[in-house]
Amino acid sequence: MATTFTPPQPDSGANKPRNIRGVLTGSDRVYLNILLAGGLAVLVLTLLIATFLSTRGLQALSVAGFRFLTTEQWQPDAHNFGIAAVLTGTVFIAVTALVMSFPLAIGTALFISELAPAVVKRFMIFVVDLLAAVPSVVYGIWGLKYLEGHVVGVSHWIARWFGWIPIFNVPGAHPDSPVYGNASYGASTFITAIVVAIMMLPIQCSIMREAFSQAPQGEREGAYALGATRWGMIRSVVLPFGQGGVIGGTILGLGRALGETIAVLLIISPVFRINPHILGTGGNSVAALIASHFGEASRFALSALMAAGLALFVLTMIVNFAASAIIARSRSGAMSEV
Amino acid sequence: MPATAAQSQAPGEVTIRPSVSDGPPPLPRRVGGINRSGVLNVVGALVFAITVTSLLFGRLGPFSGPIGFVFVMFALFIASYAALVSVSEDGPAVLNAVMTVLISSTAVIAVLALFSVVFFTFVKGVPAWFHTNFFTQDLSSAGPEAPLDVGGLQHAMVGTLWMVSIALAITIPSGITCALYLNEARGRVPRIVRTVVEAMTALPSVLAGLFIFSTWILTFHFEKSGLAAAFALSVEMLPIIIRASDVVLRLVPGNLKEASAALGAPMWRTALTVTLPTARSGLITGIILATARGIGETAPVLLTAGYTTYLNTDPIHGPMVSLPLAAFELVSSGIDNYVTRGFGAAAFLLVLVLVLFILARLIGGRGPGNVSARQLRRAMRMSHRDLERFLAAESRAQVPLLDLTEGNAPA
Repeated sequence: MATTFTPPQPDSGANKPRNIRGVLTGSDRVYLNILLAGGLAVLVLTLLIATFLSTRGLQALSVAGFRFLTTEQWQPDAHNFGIAAVLTGTVFIAVTALVMSFPLAIGTALFISELAPAVVKRFMIFVVDLLAAVPSVVYGIWGLKYLEGHVVGVSHWIARWFGWIPIFNVPGAHPDSPVYGNASYGASTFITAIVVAIMMLPIQCSIMREAFSQAPQGEREGAYALGATRWGMIRSVVLPFGQGGVIGGTILGLGRALGETIAVLLIISPVFRINPHILGTGGNSVAALIASHFGEASRFALSALMAAGLALFVLTMIVNFAASAIIARSRSGAMSEV
Repeated sequence: MPATAAQSQAPGEVTIRPSVSDGPPPLPRRVGGINRSGVLNVVGALVFAITVTSLLFGRLGPFSGPIGFVFVMFALFIASYAALVSVSEDGPAVLNAVMTVLISSTAVIAVLALFSVVFFTFVKGVPAWFHTNFFTQDLSSAGPEAPLDVGGLQHAMVGTLWMVSIALAITIPSGITCALYLNEARGRVPRIVRTVVEAMTALPSVLAGLFIFSTWILTFHFEKSGLAAAFALSVEMLPIIIRASDVVLRLVPGNLKEASAALGAPMWRTALTVTLPTARSGLITGIILATARGIGETAPVLLTAGYTTYLNTDPIHGPMVSLPLAAFELVSSGIDNYVTRGFGAAAFLLVLVLVLFILARLIGGRGPGNVSARQLRRAMRMSHRDLERFLAAESRAQVPLLDLTEGNAPA
């Protein structure tokens, strides 16, 4: 059957573009408004948290002024308080944890995406997801009751042989003395960081794994065709393509580590001075400070905690936005050039 | 001779130097797989490392301690393995072998970490389970000296049940509404909301608790209660549910929604009968994972629920304790029997999380639109019923509504 096609006449005037905009009925409008309310509620809740933290925190900030950043003590009712000790403590814990979790995360991710046979791969994904699901309090009590006793010896050994590096030095302890224990090496930043490292491992690992598995097949085969070993292929194809995921996942894990509360609260022995000797007893973090001091009676003390919380909030937001920006950019750019 | 090509190259170019230039053509490299010499190399290096380390630790060297043993053994293993491989292979293959061992051992460490946490918690906690009163009594009658056959953690279990139920009742409807909004609305606002939700997942949990504590409890003067804790948990769980739902709703095929709209369904009907059921397995997975997170959160509950040893079934009045909070308080008390009870609570928590997790796995294995055999049968039944309905309507109306003549019948 033949069809005749008459091209539209451009200048006839009758052929206006058809209006294809849908008509919203009354029920559609109600529905969309309900959805809008749901979306805006979340927005409002977040803004409420942010404004509440900042307005209440500003009261304490206006009293403390710039000293808020430089004071190590925490005596809000005497108007002598600051986050110098707790914020650096938070960063020490997070960075030490990062140094330990990074090689583990990248190795586990490579193992899952490149080395493991199918059965092992599924098992490892299960293990990593389960590591993410274990509640932080379980990690905390494990660190307190099991890990600490086993790690004190390692701390002592590191302090003895590497004590000349400032952060591994433990002042007040005699590294050569055969008697050592929790008094000098327990409840330290190092032990807390091991626990936090295990907690941040799964999130780092799963983001890296996703990035690695997106490395294009063509380049992988190209590397093999040039005679690369599997590690050669990983180094020249998988790691460069997964770079964004590695960096983004690492930073995202850092964001988690900064906000960790319960494990820190359980393990570390809180001190209010900057303690860069990570193997020695004593440390602190903003989250642990809030959790241990929120019951203080005075309204001003609470405002000071809010200010500390605000600092933590800002820090985590910066870290997280940086991470998601890097991850997002790496995803759009990770394409084969062939 | 491919090797000569490398001599006249511009600076910055990559040199590819074949390891064999003369003689028989090289065999293609084996990538992956297991062969006999590979296995023998590993076993040989392992035997060497273990024996030498035992000698060093037991007889010759000034070393001691299990952790040191493992470290020394691992270093010896890597060195001897590299030496064994280098007997028969070239440089890149030796590097490959060493890196394979290193990468695999990080995975082993991850498994050991999980195993250690779970095993230790159960070993310390399960003794508390042997007494049924752990599940049927609260802790009010059990002082610090009380043996394990008096008192239990029923109050914490009830508390967790209340808090998580209330939090779910809040977060499921609001979370899924918000996720639908992110998918159905156009313009800039949904993008802002999505960014904000992303930011909220990063909110340290203690700040969620601090927020509820200073508003609900200090500003509005409500007492510390299970309800306040549920609010704090909701702040934590809401972004998780929204993000998980957002992802699966985005995967619902557009043609399904368009088909529904073309049949004249209003938008809410499309959402309720097409979009949400299609994404159901993913939505349930998101909810279960958020539940697992909510069950395990301690810091928000610590700030908002108070602590009690009494059973409290009223979530609005009086302090209420949850399982993680009980584990935290009991273990940090340092009293032996309390510590055991605390580990019992933690082990119970692990079991709960594991069950939820496996449930999420079973449900979430399928993507949107992939239906099980049972769902397919139901869809076919419903479709037959529709056809009968149409035919009945047709016979009533005496006008052909549906053209079922040859070529037009639905497949």
